[in-house]
Amino acid sequence: MELSLLTVCYLIGSLTFIIGLKMLSHPDSARKGNLVAAVGMTIAILGTIFLYEEEGKKLGNYSWIFGGLFLGTVIGVLAAKKVKMTAMPEMVSLFNGMGGACAALISVNEFGHISKMLTVSTADIPGWHTTIIVSPEESVNMIGMVITIFLGLIIGTVSFAGSMIAWGKLNGKVKDFAFPGQQVFNLILLAGTLITAGYLAFNLTANNVILFYIIAIASLIYGVLFVLPIGGADMPVVISLLNSFTGVAAACGGFLYDNQVMLTGGILVGAAGTLLTILMCKAMNRSLTNVLIGSFGGNKSSASAAQTGPQGNYKEISLSDAAVCMCYANKVIIVPGYGLAVAQAQHVCHELEKLLEEKGVNVSYAIHPVAGRMPGHMNVLLAEADVSYDKLQEMEQANDEFKTTDVVLVLGANDVVNPAAKTDASSPIYGMPILEVEQAKTVIVNKRSMKPGYAGIENELFFQPKTSMLFGDAKAALQKLVAEIKSL
Amino acid sequence: METILNWIQSHIDIIYIVILSVFLGIEVIGRVPSVLHTPLMSGAIAINGVVIIGAIIVMGKVEPGNYVALIIGFLAVILGTLNVVGGFVVTDRMLEMFKKKK
Repeated sequence: MELSLLTVCYLIGSLTFIIGLKMLSHPDSARKGNLVAAVGMTIAILGTIFLYEEEGKKLGNYSWIFGGLFLGTVIGVLAAKKVKMTAMPEMVSLFNGMGGACAALISVNEFGHISKMLTVSTADIPGWHTTIIVSPEESVNMIGMVITIFLGLIIGTVSFAGSMIAWGKLNGKVKDFAFPGQQVFNLILLAGTLITAGYLAFNLTANNVILFYIIAIASLIYGVLFVLPIGGADMPVVISLLNSFTGVAAACGGFLYDNQVMLTGGILVGAAGTLLTILMCKAMNRSLTNVLIGSFGGNKSSASAAQTGPQGNYKEISLSDAAVCMCYANKVIIVPGYGLAVAQAQHVCHELEKLLEEKGVNVSYAIHPVAGRMPGHMNVLLAEADVSYDKLQEMEQANDEFKTTDVVLVLGANDVVNPAAKTDASSPIYGMPILEVEQAKTVIVNKRSMKPGYAGIENELFFQPKTSMLFGDAKAALQKLVAEIKSL
Repeated sequence: METILNWIQSHIDIIYIVILSVFLGIEVIGRVPSVLHTPLMSGAIAINGVVIIGAIIVMGKVEPGNYVALIIGFLAVILGTLNVVGGFVVTDRMLEMFKKKK
């Protein structure tokens, strides 16, 4: 009775995950979808704690379980509530890493059980399964189980290590790092790890148990090296990919315990996460393999070295000129980018918008799909500053608007407004859809310096006659601009 | 060969679940607007916290005297909970921003 009740709990859990994901992909129902999935998760967890039994035995160690749940909940809620909106992407990465680590630890404990069985049996007989089990059918089952444990360990560890590096990169603590031949080294390391795991699965004895921990360490190193060379701006794609890794690691647990909710949840996220990764890549006009091998990050230096574009003349604009220019325009479109996020300039940006609206200027925002650090990041940032949802325009919509726009204010965006993506077939970003700001009458670009953006290429937009540069940190520059407009 | 076929035979329901879930996962988020990429990813990360269930099972099966296993299991439960709770709360906070002005 209780066991069948648990099955129902798991059924509800799986259903809510599916419905939750479905609802999460529509703006109107997204928040409810998240809640639905959370409720399903709670049911599945409580069901497991109170109803799960194996061979007629209930789970023990309740104090440890509840202690862990309590600690995790307190830390999780505090961290999630306290984190600044700008730091959200790295928080998400951190949580993902926790899940990966959890999957890996499960494997470690399960392997502990198995290795114990080995030491009590006569360990010196080769072919480990013969030492514990007699029938060949059971031995296949055992090998299947060990393979699952290994997969959970490897995938979980890679996801954990990778997520930690991604987290460090997003908050600026970890710098890009690559050494010559790193791709090859990574591949060899991965292949070596997998081969060792494969060998161990079929030849486990008490003497080579140590190999398990070597596999763990190798996976850890692989996870680190896998993410290290990839540039910070690619982290969203990497996190999304690692998210699907964690999903697969969770599914390994589902295999191990014959647990449907872990299996469906894990595979569902694994598949959805992979698709989401591909969608994100598409928005940046990159292929998944391109990001996976990390060649973009690796070739970045050579791409910029090859680019010997003419350093033309650009002109600067003074604050008062910029203020006048915007005040007497009919229509202004703001293009926010990475620079706005870094400078945390969203609030002062909203202030500028209100000020201009009071003066009768029509202000809106053009959001490139990959502006900021994550797809949709700009929307979240601007929403935090109370910018109205219907002031945000998506790329296609905005590109129609630019023709009739007087002033475009580009705030710390670079590659997403680079016309080379349309005109220069040799450019690394050629083919990426961009915001065609050069169609507007005037373009004001706020940047900290003339340094190229993430892709490491020059932007000819800055040298066009209708473009003028307003140098400085986005927040400081906007504050001065607001003060200037007020005094007009 | 026969043993492998037998293995497939005895795990056939799981294999079906995996195959169907893969397609379902792809279908279910097929038409997501790019604005929702981040919240969707964050929500998915919360969902893959189901791994917590495995951690609870491991924890519950450990014999009380085995402190190494207890501590590893305890850590796993904490980390899994962090993933679930943190993931859902962060996602909710993101989506709250979207809804306010809708």
